[in-house]
Amino acid sequence: MGNIPTAVKHCLSYENLMRESFWLQQPLRENKWPELHKFPEFVKIVEVGPRDGLQNEKEMVPTEIKIQLIDMLSQTGLPVIEVTSFVSSKWVAQMADHTEVLKGINKSPHVRYPVLTPNIQGFQAAVDAGASEVAVFGSASETFSRKNINCSVEESMQRFERVISAARQACIPVRGYVSCVLGCPYEGQVQPAQVTKVAKRLHELGCYEVSLGDTTGMGTAGSMAAMLRAVMAEVPVSALAVHCHDTYGQALANVLTALQMGVSVVDSSVAGLGGCPYAEGASGNVSTEDVVYMLHGLGIQTGVDLTKVIEAGDFICRALNRPTNSKVSQATSRSQPSFKEIYE
Amino acid sequence: MFECLNLEVSLCGTKPLPEKVKIVEVGPRDGLQNEKTIVPAEVKIRLIDMLSEAGLPVIEATSFVSPKWVPQMADQEEVMSGIHRKPGVTYPVLTPNLKGYRAAVKAGAKEVAIFGAASELFSQRNINCSVEESLERFEEVMKAAMQEGVAVRGYVSCVLGCPYEGSVSPSRVAEVARRLYSMGCYEVSLGDTVGVGTPGGMAEMLQAVTREVPVHALAVHCHDTYGQALANILVALQNGVSVVDASVAGLGGCPYAQGASGNVATEDVVYMLHGLGIHTGVDLPKLMDAGSYICRSLNRRTNSKVAQASCKL
Repeated sequence: MGNIPTAVKHCLSYENLMRESFWLQQPLRENKWPELHKFPEFVKIVEVGPRDGLQNEKEMVPTEIKIQLIDMLSQTGLPVIEVTSFVSSKWVAQMADHTEVLKGINKSPHVRYPVLTPNIQGFQAAVDAGASEVAVFGSASETFSRKNINCSVEESMQRFERVISAARQACIPVRGYVSCVLGCPYEGQVQPAQVTKVAKRLHELGCYEVSLGDTTGMGTAGSMAAMLRAVMAEVPVSALAVHCHDTYGQALANVLTALQMGVSVVDSSVAGLGGCPYAEGASGNVSTEDVVYMLHGLGIQTGVDLTKVIEAGDFICRALNRPTNSKVSQATSRSQPSFKEIYE
Repeated sequence: MFECLNLEVSLCGTKPLPEKVKIVEVGPRDGLQNEKTIVPAEVKIRLIDMLSEAGLPVIEATSFVSPKWVPQMADQEEVMSGIHRKPGVTYPVLTPNLKGYRAAVKAGAKEVAIFGAASELFSQRNINCSVEESLERFEEVMKAAMQEGVAVRGYVSCVLGCPYEGSVSPSRVAEVARRLYSMGCYEVSLGDTVGVGTPGGMAEMLQAVTREVPVHALAVHCHDTYGQALANILVALQNGVSVVDASVAGLGGCPYAQGASGNVATEDVVYMLHGLGIHTGVDLPKLMDAGSYICRSLNRRTNSKVAQASCKL
């Protein structure tokens, strides 16, 4: 999530985890489950694999593979696919072919293809390459903002204001992201009020949707609920999305909590692409296959064909020469009898 | 796929979350039983001792089943006599029949566990008899246990789906759970054996079962084969369940899907519970040490994401 000029390959040993993340051992004082909504009938999945996922993969992926992946994803029913990032290739080498990718994909009329634009230059380049939706990335943590994009949160908001203003003139919708909503690799605990401040600002500046990202994956159902309760007091839930990382295995439980509180937009990454840059060997993005499996099991519509997502996941994992992070994909590839035979 | 009823109330739960959750650690039995590598008795003993030190209140130690069926558990007596029993911790063992029960008690067991299934086909394929026949066998065990003051825990397999029958009706699960409870099991653990369940199915199943068995006598045993375990456990907690089975390092692959994961990892469950402010009595760093130890002995990577993130691979 976001550009990471210098990845912090800090191995969170369990001693460090307990020492640095002391709040994990302190029970929440308020052990009350918040006000619950009905489950949404439909959840919009925002597929971030081609951008957030690939950006955090070590292996450089050729342009034609990226294009093929996106084209496969376009056939799965996913309504939104984040294609690439118009960031300097000096910072994010994997996204150097952004223009080629955006121009090369076969755009389906039923799908939106947002791209990341960290500043006005990136925005201009994106528009020139045919972008019809863009995204900007803020942070709830001051230190993360400085280390990630070399400026304070306030400075980043000013940069985004220019992007959003230009986008408005060009009738291009802008999605906002907030990183570190449930914890920061540098600051540790992040207060819900900090998250609310940034989310509200992005929404007021003109972002049609704000995606709240648990960047380190440290959040649990309790901290997710507390954070959402605070943000929902200032930003309508219909404009909120969650972007959960599965680094500590908590993602689906956190997504479930968000759904129970009324959120109906979930970000995920095919095959769980994109390891965590902060913990060597740890996983990152939650996998789209596992999220869709849960949503369909709950009777929630997504419009997504799970089998086709699994196929797209298989394709990119072969190209990356790595196993999938999706448990659904692992289970269905070798089950006897097959999942399809029994459950569909 | 599955019928989705009006689940809002039960799914979101009308009860507050429990303040305490009892974790039943099944790694040394259910976990190791499903691992290909045979582990020597001294490693099993050391694992159980480390788990005792980690604060787990219940640790399923072994299984008194014929070694012909489960070679991993052939050293059952040696393990039972070798472990250091921490005061306050219970060490149940599996006993599929009266013969196994007698051997268990002789080896010093103070608590045993019996396994029923909610699916007829699964019962036939797994233990070679019908569900009814298995319950009759258990009644014999129960009778002996009650006379001798030995506590009995019941398990129901396939509560959210069966690898042979497909979907399993909640009323069938409720019926088997009721039988086990009324014959004298102090607790009934509901197992999503193939991990196919999702939160909706979990809530619906619990609604049916709690009409027959009080919720304080229920536990959930979730498999993470499709990544759904923690979400399913969360919903179970929201519906009043306060006992959760888990396996250190997520030991125990799924025997029905080659290469797929099985038991949910205790570390990941404890992480979630502590984050929710729920008391478990478990020391997570010590638990991770135990997980790391057994993974080294098995020469395999942990299935626990918390352990992976903390570099306890």
